[in-house]
Amino acid sequence: MRTSTQPAIAVTGLRKSFGDTVVLDGVDLTVEPGTIFSLLGPNGAGKTTTVNILSTLIEADAGTARVAGHDLSRDADAVRRSIGVTGQFSAIDNLLTGRENLLLMADLHHLPGAEGRRRADALLERFDLASVAATTPATYSGGMRRKLDLAMTLVGDPSVIFLDEPTTGLDPRSRRTMWDIIRDLLAEGVTLLLTTQYLEEADQLADRIAVLDHGKLVAEGTADELKRLVPGGHLRLSFADPATLGRAATALGEPAGDEESLTLQVPTDGSAGSLRAVLNRLDDAAVDVASLSVHTPDLDDVFLTLTGHAAAPEPAKEPAP
Amino acid sequence: MTTLAYPARDSLTMLRRNVRHMLRYPSLTLMLLGQPIVFLLLFVYVFGGTLGAGLGPDGGRGEYLAFVTPGILVITVASVSLGTAISVAMDATEGIMARFRTMAISRASVLTGHVLGTLIQAVLGLAVILAVAMAAGFRPSAGGGGWLAAAGLLVLFTVALTWLSLALGLVSKSVETASNLPMVLTLLPFLGSGFVPTDSMPAWLRVFADYQPFTPVIDTLRSLLLGTPVDGGGAALAVGWSVVIALVGYVWAKWLFPRRAGR
Repeated sequence: MRTSTQPAIAVTGLRKSFGDTVVLDGVDLTVEPGTIFSLLGPNGAGKTTTVNILSTLIEADAGTARVAGHDLSRDADAVRRSIGVTGQFSAIDNLLTGRENLLLMADLHHLPGAEGRRRADALLERFDLASVAATTPATYSGGMRRKLDLAMTLVGDPSVIFLDEPTTGLDPRSRRTMWDIIRDLLAEGVTLLLTTQYLEEADQLADRIAVLDHGKLVAEGTADELKRLVPGGHLRLSFADPATLGRAATALGEPAGDEESLTLQVPTDGSAGSLRAVLNRLDDAAVDVASLSVHTPDLDDVFLTLTGHAAAPEPAKEPAP
Repeated sequence: MTTLAYPARDSLTMLRRNVRHMLRYPSLTLMLLGQPIVFLLLFVYVFGGTLGAGLGPDGGRGEYLAFVTPGILVITVASVSLGTAISVAMDATEGIMARFRTMAISRASVLTGHVLGTLIQAVLGLAVILAVAMAAGFRPSAGGGGWLAAAGLLVLFTVALTWLSLALGLVSKSVETASNLPMVLTLLPFLGSGFVPTDSMPAWLRVFADYQPFTPVIDTLRSLLLGTPVDGGGAALAVGWSVVIALVGYVWAKWLFPRRAGR
C-alpha cells in the first residue's frame, strides 16, 4: 500500500564528475508518489547518470537521495527492493526465451515457483508477448524487446520505476504502445521517473517536467507552467535553397534553424505586428520565403528560451514523434 | 520478507541460467573443448614419436602420451575458464548485468553462478579429454587416493583460473577483448612442463618455466596420475599458486563488479 505522503524520490545537491567532466552539477528533485516525473534534456545532459545514481548503479560524488523512503547511500538494498529499472540498452538475456527471462527475474525476487510462473504468464499476456514466450529474443522486434525488458522490470512489483529513454529507437506505433503501457502503470499507483529527449513525450506523459542541461536543472514545472515561461510561439520559415536560408538568417539576426530542412525558427509573441516586422525585414533583404507557419508555444520553445540552444544539439538521428 | 540477501539461492539461480546458456549455445563449449582435443591428437600422433624419443632411451609415442596427457588436462582447465571471461563480458555488454546490479540480490551470486557453471563444464570437459586420451592408449596407474588428489588439484586450479578469467572478462571493454585476454593462459603450459621436460630448455627459459604456476600443477598431476612419487615442494607450490591466483581473481572480480559501467 502506498499511502505515505513522503516523496517517492527526494534528491538534493546531486553531483557527479567523470574525470574532469562535470556531468551533474547540483541537481535537486522531488517526485511525489503516484506521478510521472520527466527529466528532459539532450544527449549528454546528465539524464542517464541521474538514473544510474538513483538506481544504485553508480555512486554520486556529493548530495543526498532518498528513493521510496530509503537512503540511497545507507540502505541501497532496500532501495533495490523497491525499484525497477528499464534502461536505454536492453537488459534482457538473449540466450533465454521470453518466459525464461521473466522466470529468472521471479527467482531473483525469491518468489515461490507457482507465483513466479503466474506473474510471468500474466505479464506475457499483458504485453502481448504470449505468442513469442517460448522463443529467444533474437527474433523479437525492437518494440517487443523493449516490452520484455519492461515486463522483467515489473516482475518484482516495484513501487518506483526508472525508465531511461524508453522509446528511443522505437517506431511510432511501438512508441504509442509504450506510452499506453506507461499510463497504465501510473493508474496502478506506481511512481515513474522517465527520461526523454523527446519534448512531445514529456508533454504527453509527465505530471511534472524538469529540464536538464549540462548537468543543471534549468526549469521545473508542469508542461503548462513551462510553456507559460515563453511569451509566444515561433514562426517557422522555409526557404528554397541554402543560399536563401543564409541570407534570411543574416537578415533576422541568426535565429535557430535547420540547414537540412532549410528552415528557420523565429520567436514571436504571436501578434500580427511581430509577424509583419519579420516579413518586412526579409523583404528589405530581398529574401523569398517558400512557406511560413505560426506555432503556438511548445516545449521546444521552452528549451530554446531556457538554454539558448535547441533540444537536439546535432541533427537528430531519428525525428521526434 | 527478510532484509538478508539469499546468497545460496541466488547463486543457484545464476548457475541454472549459466547451465541453460551452455545447453542452448553448445558451440562455445565445443570450441573450448575442441582445442585441447586437437592438441592431444596433434602432439601424440604427429609430434609424439619424435618428442617421445627425447624423453629417454626407451621413450616413444606411448610414453609421450603418458607425459603429455596431464598437460592437456590443464590446458582444458585453462580453455574452459576462458569461456567464463567471454560469458561475463557478454553479460556486461548486454546490459543484463546492470539489471542484476539494480536488484536486491546477493552481489557475489552473479559471479559465483559463473564460477560454478564453469566448474561443471570443466569436470565434464576433463572427463571427455581423459576418455579421448585413454582411447589413444593412456593408462593411468593412480590408486584411489591418487585419483582423488588429482581431481582435487584440478578442481582447485579450475576455480583459481575461473576467478582470474572472470576478472579479466569484467575488465574487458568488449567481448572480443575478453576472448583474447585470457588466451595467454592456454599458452603458458607450452612455456612450462606441459609438452617437454623443462630441463630440455635453455637456462633463461627454464627459470621461468620451472616456477610459473602451470609447471608445478602439471608436474604434480603427472606424478599423481602415473603413480610416481609426488615431489612435496612441487605439490605445495601447485596448491600455493592456485590459492594465490584464486584470491587475486576473487578480490579483483569482486572489486570490478560494482564498478563495471553497465552497457
